[in-house]
Amino acid sequence: MLFVFYPIIDTIYMSFLKEGTGEFVGFANYANVVSRNEFLNIKRLVNFLGGPSYGALIHNILWVVIHLPLCVFFGLLLAVLLRDVKGGTIIKSIVFLGMVIPMIIGGVLLRFILDKDAGILNGVLNGIGLGAFARNWTFYPDTALITVILGSVWIWVGFSMIVYSAGLEGIPVELYEAAKIDGASWWKTFWRITVPMLNSATLVVVTMTLLWELKVFDIVYAVTQGGPGDTSKVLAYIMYIEAFETPPNFGTASAIAVILTVMTFGFAAYLVWRMTKS
Amino acid sequence: MRVKKFTIIVHAIAWAVALIWIIPFLGVFMASIRPYAEVQFGWWNFQSFHPTLENFYDAWVGKTAGSSAALNTGLVHSLIVTVPATFIPVFVAALAAYSFARFSFRTKDLLFLILVLLQTIPQQMVILPVYNLMNSLGLLNTYVGLILLHTAFGLPWQILFLRNFFSTLPIEVEEAARVDGASYFKIFYKIVLPMSLPALASILSLQFVWVWNDFFFALTLIQNPNMRLATQTIPVIKGRYEPNWSILSAASIIAMIVPIAIYVALQRYYVRGITAGAVKG
Repeated sequence: MLFVFYPIIDTIYMSFLKEGTGEFVGFANYANVVSRNEFLNIKRLVNFLGGPSYGALIHNILWVVIHLPLCVFFGLLLAVLLRDVKGGTIIKSIVFLGMVIPMIIGGVLLRFILDKDAGILNGVLNGIGLGAFARNWTFYPDTALITVILGSVWIWVGFSMIVYSAGLEGIPVELYEAAKIDGASWWKTFWRITVPMLNSATLVVVTMTLLWELKVFDIVYAVTQGGPGDTSKVLAYIMYIEAFETPPNFGTASAIAVILTVMTFGFAAYLVWRMTKS
Repeated sequence: MRVKKFTIIVHAIAWAVALIWIIPFLGVFMASIRPYAEVQFGWWNFQSFHPTLENFYDAWVGKTAGSSAALNTGLVHSLIVTVPATFIPVFVAALAAYSFARFSFRTKDLLFLILVLLQTIPQQMVILPVYNLMNSLGLLNTYVGLILLHTAFGLPWQILFLRNFFSTLPIEVEEAARVDGASYFKIFYKIVLPMSLPALASILSLQFVWVWNDFFFALTLIQNPNMRLATQTIPVIKGRYEPNWSILSAASIIAMIVPIAIYVALQRYYVRGITAGAVKG
């Protein structure tokens, strides 16, 4: 309890204090953070000026908007596809490795796959005559963020796949047999039986993936360090830099942490509500 | 005949998909066992092929990035943290979860709800006060501090997971033991724990892998370069510019082989824990 309740209260408290002097400054730290381009680049959002970065807040939202549906979709696809395939269990174990290795190494793997000379992706592009597109995908402002997000689907999809696989096992065979007798098509069976029966699996996948996307740190640290410029920074990353790189400022770092937690908590509360309802 | 064709297509797609995961891991392996000059322009080129263990040796002793980023000390440090930070919370969680599941006391439900919510608190929200606290207790740059923090962070989801498991155990066995005069502690330790081995295997493997894989807590609490954990050495070896992929691959393999071994050995339990929603990232 000492390690959990006290820190939460203290972080909120610190977010209202000025670094160094410790005087109470109200929402000044929040104003300071929110007005920064690395947090939210309003010019970019309004008229595409003010540098190539949208700001960490928008980047986190892009993580959710892009990464979440892809993970849900491919996780379900893999689970259904591999259910009846010979050796499917082995394939699942390999796909799931992304959830076993340290995320920091997952990031190194991504960086390796994407490397201009040593990476397999550009090797494949060269091989199929698209060598003109070969580049260090994470080195450019216009591709860094989207590359890290898409690459992270490769790491994270093992999670959604394994949850959906467990969900599929829980669906009674009788339902499928009944559908077959009624002459339902594969497609109809999928939408009318499989998907509704996987509701609780989807809830787990969506919530856990979402929480991870909001506090993503290791991958960004390993692959781009937020760069180039601010273009792939996320909230957890700027919070760390704010707190521990020179000059450290725990006041503004706390403000970022509180903003991050409020976002996370909204979704967590929703999960608890759904769980207690069922 | 049509069905068979369909089956073949599905199998072909499945294995093609599998290649997307197999090939990068194969690439890391290939890069790690060959000199950097051979893989610099692609590990899939085999005009010259000289397998060697030199990269592993270099990563092990920290030849390129210095001894503070050597995997030999990094692995030892990771073990010093991970073993106690796995067993201590699991032991405490087992006792706490049992009382949640079997004994009724007021505010139990509220406490339980709080535990659920605690599970979702981001690390970023607690790290600054914890840092200050550790600093004033002199626990900064000590493994004790890191172990304490991992214990505190592991407890909520472990209690949650174990309580759910204990609730499914038949209470009749325990009642029979009580009639025979066994104490609560004896019941717990002679009957409940042995029946709970699968659940314990789940949380032990998950907590072990989670602590071993942690980067953020280690990064903030262990700032002394000579005390770095395995995960901390990886970005140092990577460096800021074009990395030596051979040594970096070898280092990555050394650092990830431990969680992979746990996963292979306890796969069923590990996956069961994950699907129950016990995931940390």
